[in-house]
Amino acid sequence: MIFARPMIRAAAATGLSLFAALPAWAQDAATQAAPVPNPGNNAWMMTATVLVLLMILPGLALFYGGLTRAKNMLATMTQIGAVAALAMLIWVTYGYGLAFGPEGNAFISWGKFFLSGITPDSTAATFSDEVISEYVFVSFQMTFAAITIALVLGGLVERMKFSAILVFAAVWLTIVYFPIAHMVWEGRGLFFTMGALDFAGGTVVHINAGVSALVAAIMLGKRKGYPSERMPPHSLTLTMVGTGLLWVGWFGFNAGSALEANGSAALAMINTFVATAAAGLAWMVTERAMGHKASALGFCSGIIAGLVAITPAAGNSGPFGAIVLGALASVVCFFFVAKVKPALGYDDSLDAFGIHGVGGIIGAIGTAIVYTPSLGGPGGADYAIGGQLVTQVSAVVATIVISTIGTAIAITIARALTGLRVSPEVELEGLDLGEHGERAYN
Amino acid sequence: MKLIMAIIKPFKLDDVRDALAAVGIAGMTVSEVKGFGRQKGQTEIYRGAEYSTNMVPKIKLEIVCDDPLAGRVVEAIQQAANSGAIGDGKIFVLDVAHAVRIRTGETGETAL
Repeated sequence: MIFARPMIRAAAATGLSLFAALPAWAQDAATQAAPVPNPGNNAWMMTATVLVLLMILPGLALFYGGLTRAKNMLATMTQIGAVAALAMLIWVTYGYGLAFGPEGNAFISWGKFFLSGITPDSTAATFSDEVISEYVFVSFQMTFAAITIALVLGGLVERMKFSAILVFAAVWLTIVYFPIAHMVWEGRGLFFTMGALDFAGGTVVHINAGVSALVAAIMLGKRKGYPSERMPPHSLTLTMVGTGLLWVGWFGFNAGSALEANGSAALAMINTFVATAAAGLAWMVTERAMGHKASALGFCSGIIAGLVAITPAAGNSGPFGAIVLGALASVVCFFFVAKVKPALGYDDSLDAFGIHGVGGIIGAIGTAIVYTPSLGGPGGADYAIGGQLVTQVSAVVATIVISTIGTAIAITIARALTGLRVSPEVELEGLDLGEHGERAYN
Repeated sequence: MKLIMAIIKPFKLDDVRDALAAVGIAGMTVSEVKGFGRQKGQTEIYRGAEYSTNMVPKIKLEIVCDDPLAGRVVEAIQQAANSGAIGDGKIFVLDVAHAVRIRTGETGETAL
């Protein structure tokens, strides 16, 4: 119920026809026959997979693009599309093997490189005795790798070379994402065996992306003119469109993480509605309480904070626990991006850390609380909240350490190979023209 | 001939246009402009980052008419654009030395 179980059962493609020809063996064969995916589960997981793609393109591209200045709109969207595409190719080449390969230990796995041995008949276990097609499982997990590296870019936009972004993405996926995905979601993984609760990737995706964005943003340096120059979002209209697409796509992300079209997916679905609704309103209420106006960007920011916070708790919370968790994360993220970030002075341009990192940490730790059956959570009667809190905090701290070290290495390699930052002239003129030779608006 | 230049609030444009049509003005030039006077700008806040804009959007009207009509034009604009609040704008009247209608080459008041 908590993590994707990694046992992949390979079915012999020729087995069934052979047994059909030899009826005398049918009794034995029935007990040994490879499991066949339930078409309903397979269909839902295929849908969920493309919903996560919708989150990236155009969801995240519009959300982030609208927040940048007009001169960097295309660069922001192109970076997101390109790293997502790169992540897909790396995933099928060796990423799936490093995260979910047949051989391995607590930190990494190997095997199935170039998807070797996987056929249309191969299946992957879900959390019950059902299976889904392994190609669907590979695709679903592939979109998670793709969106996580795209999220990191929120701290880096408007100043990093396109070539540097591609090098950073390749290295970061290899040394940060694949090991953490293995540790959290694979049966032998460190956090999996610790019993950490992470339904849809609060640690793997959001804490990981947020912390990596912070470290990379600090190493990359501030945008020229930050924070003295005006840098308002160029189109909150597109940011609102992107927010809507992210929310819709997030149902694939969260409810799809049940790996079946079952009650657990249904719980994740209702929570993805209500936690998010609470968070969107909570951000605007906080703005009013602080003497500002309830703003469109505040609404969008609250929605993302709520979606992030409910990710680890999606199937691990009752609906009212989810509402409290979403609202709490929204209020804390508001104070973080509006007060703490300016006081600290670093330039996490689009608040990848302020919302994904901070919201992810609150969600991961809060999951231990909302899981409690007395608060409406799905935990058993013997659920011990204290011990689970220790486990959750350990997983969060370990993720932060791995993300920090791995990102520092990846940025250092990208700097050595590409120079990392665009020239001051390109930064002034905009990355659309300087890096891509186009303008977003003519 | 007089050039009447008026800076007004954008939402008063339709009222002013109707009032000018009523006094017999057949054409004008309208521009979207920014500026400041007693009415200061507004503050925008994006996730806590505050930007104060010290320029307020306004509409600038330019009308050229013959001397006898100028007084009534000024009066029409002053009444139609008045909301009673600061930032209602200003009207300036300047002398015009010459005018030419490009299509026909007519000059002076016949060109208006």
